[in-house]
Amino acid sequence: MTMMNTLLGAAAALAVTAGAALAEPGLIIDLGGKFDKSFNESAYTGAQRYISEKGGAYKETELQSEAQREQSMRRMAESGANPVITIGFMNISTLDKIAPDYPEVNFAIIDGVVDQPNVKSVVFEEHQGSFLVGVLAAMASKTGTVSFVGGMDVPLISKFACGYAQGVKAVNPEAQVIVNMIGTTPAAWNDPVKGAELTRAQIAQGSDVIYSAAGGSGVGVLQAAADEGVYSIGVDSNQNYLHPGSVLTSMLKRVDNAVFQIFEEGETDSFTPGIQVMGLANQGVDWALDEYNEELISAEMKATVEATKQKIIEGEIEVHDYSTDGACPAL
Amino acid sequence: MQKLPAWADVVLLPLINLALAFLVSGLVILYIGENPLQALKVMVNGAMGSTRGWGYTLFFATNFIFTGLAVAVAYHASLFNIGGEGQAALGGLGVALVCLAVDWPFWWMALPAAIIGGAVFGAAWAAIPAWLNARRGSHIVITTIMFNFIASALMVYLLVNILKAPGMAPESAGFPEGSHLPTAYDVLGLFGIPFNRFAPLNVAFLVALAACWGVWILIWRTRLGYEIRAFGKSEPAAVYAGISPVRIIMVTMLISGALAGLMGINAVMGEAERLTLDAVQGAGFVGIAVALMGRNHPVGVLLAAILFGALYQGGIELEFEIPAISREMILVIQALVILFTGALDGMVRTPLERVFASLRKGAA
Repeated sequence: MTMMNTLLGAAAALAVTAGAALAEPGLIIDLGGKFDKSFNESAYTGAQRYISEKGGAYKETELQSEAQREQSMRRMAESGANPVITIGFMNISTLDKIAPDYPEVNFAIIDGVVDQPNVKSVVFEEHQGSFLVGVLAAMASKTGTVSFVGGMDVPLISKFACGYAQGVKAVNPEAQVIVNMIGTTPAAWNDPVKGAELTRAQIAQGSDVIYSAAGGSGVGVLQAAADEGVYSIGVDSNQNYLHPGSVLTSMLKRVDNAVFQIFEEGETDSFTPGIQVMGLANQGVDWALDEYNEELISAEMKATVEATKQKIIEGEIEVHDYSTDGACPAL
Repeated sequence: MQKLPAWADVVLLPLINLALAFLVSGLVILYIGENPLQALKVMVNGAMGSTRGWGYTLFFATNFIFTGLAVAVAYHASLFNIGGEGQAALGGLGVALVCLAVDWPFWWMALPAAIIGGAVFGAAWAAIPAWLNARRGSHIVITTIMFNFIASALMVYLLVNILKAPGMAPESAGFPEGSHLPTAYDVLGLFGIPFNRFAPLNVAFLVALAACWGVWILIWRTRLGYEIRAFGKSEPAAVYAGISPVRIIMVTMLISGALAGLMGINAVMGEAERLTLDAVQGAGFVGIAVALMGRNHPVGVLLAAILFGALYQGGIELEFEIPAISREMILVIQALVILFTGALDGMVRTPLERVFASLRKGAA
């Protein structure tokens, strides 16, 4: 009986290894969909860029429901895709459970840490990028009140809020920062209506720059800000083009770079498991300046934010990371 | 004279409905520029072409059997229980509490306890709408569907504030090893039959089969079942015969809720092995279609549940294999099947009855 098990296991392992030889990378798009104009889309863009630059193909699937994570991950691993990328912290416990079953497959998770020998964990220093857009928000604000709309109420999003608030207070210590979260469940990533409602409530309280870190819900935040004629700040992808003249800038979280890099590692056989931190120094996070917002950013603002960026990279300014102690000095 | 023969009602009509649904789905797939026959092949192969496919198909079917039986039992008393979603969510909670409370040494000790936990919680969630209906005359459709929303809010509250394990995701801690239910791989392995190692099909499927048998006994072979059916056919006649409406409504809804709650042993204990949000995945609503298509008979429910399980699993495969068919497209195909087999049942029934009537006339 045990013999039978071993044989079957060996056969399964063989099948997986055989697949690995002609491996295409695999990408599992999370809930919210690949055209959420934000987090998922950034990953999708990275994959597309890799294919258009280097050729080849990759496998892709979109999650339909919360309960499908395990099935999609196993399906992707069994289909011979290697490496397999999952995006979002919601995948942590599932990946931790299934990764040991496929020792021949390399997995990567973005925005979460999974301690397995065949998993690469990519985390971003969102607090640094948020600090930069906070500096811009404080300089653009006329009322002295700015605000933040977060998606799901988790430490990751508080990390954005806290970095932002620190950036605002660095420019204007008297400034008021209003923080609201859309919800406590993953549905909060895809609720643009509630995002817009919160935005209007914040504008009523005097806020004239609203930073949104809410995945697909952010579309509603930016729309409401544009309707009310105030500034907004996009997140993850460059969202400046959505409402030119209203979107002040975007906090870029280069998920696309991470996906691109992992695809490349897969192809050149240089995949390394472990934690990879992407911050300002290695272009993991940044602020966005393009033709859609160049009129909103004055020379002074640009100089200040670039100087701040340099200081953070050199360690002269230390941005507090909310997720290290669950507290924020600026809020 | 307009009645259909039994075989046409049970076999022919569902098949015609299904064929129509696939025809319309095929047109939709054709419209987006894909080959419908290829898509059908991927779906059938994905659902039934391998032990992995079967493992998922029957796993989904297990969920649908429980929720389908829940709807069917209530239907025999003329109660339309559309609260399966909430009752199953609460059942999952009951199962999770049982699994987390005790460090179970063996699965065969944990399973009976989990069955009781799921059934009691599911029944309790159905009890309130039942009581409101029996005593206050509140419409059961309205109350049960509203209780789905309350259940969902309650689960969010519990998972975010009370049961949440350390980390960022709103989910409970993993269940202890001892409550791991043997999967089809474990069970069939004992007999030397190879089965996909990671497919989630588990012994809860056997519990579902037992539940089908139990419901058949209950409805057609017991005094209570007779009372339920009598009440369902005509309330005044049942009252005249000395049957208490309050008692029948309460008991039927408790059984219905308990059946829905049992879904937790498959989805929560058998697969996820921790309590997550949205563990029910809409199975409560699919149960309504399953019961309708299965004509509220346990055997019909079983067959319809397997069909819907295959549809679910095939849909997931389709999305994976043919990237042009997006997840929204899969939803359209599944919805069309539900629409044709459930809601549009009468569209085919009336013409079919005419056909049979004229055939009979021709014979006479």
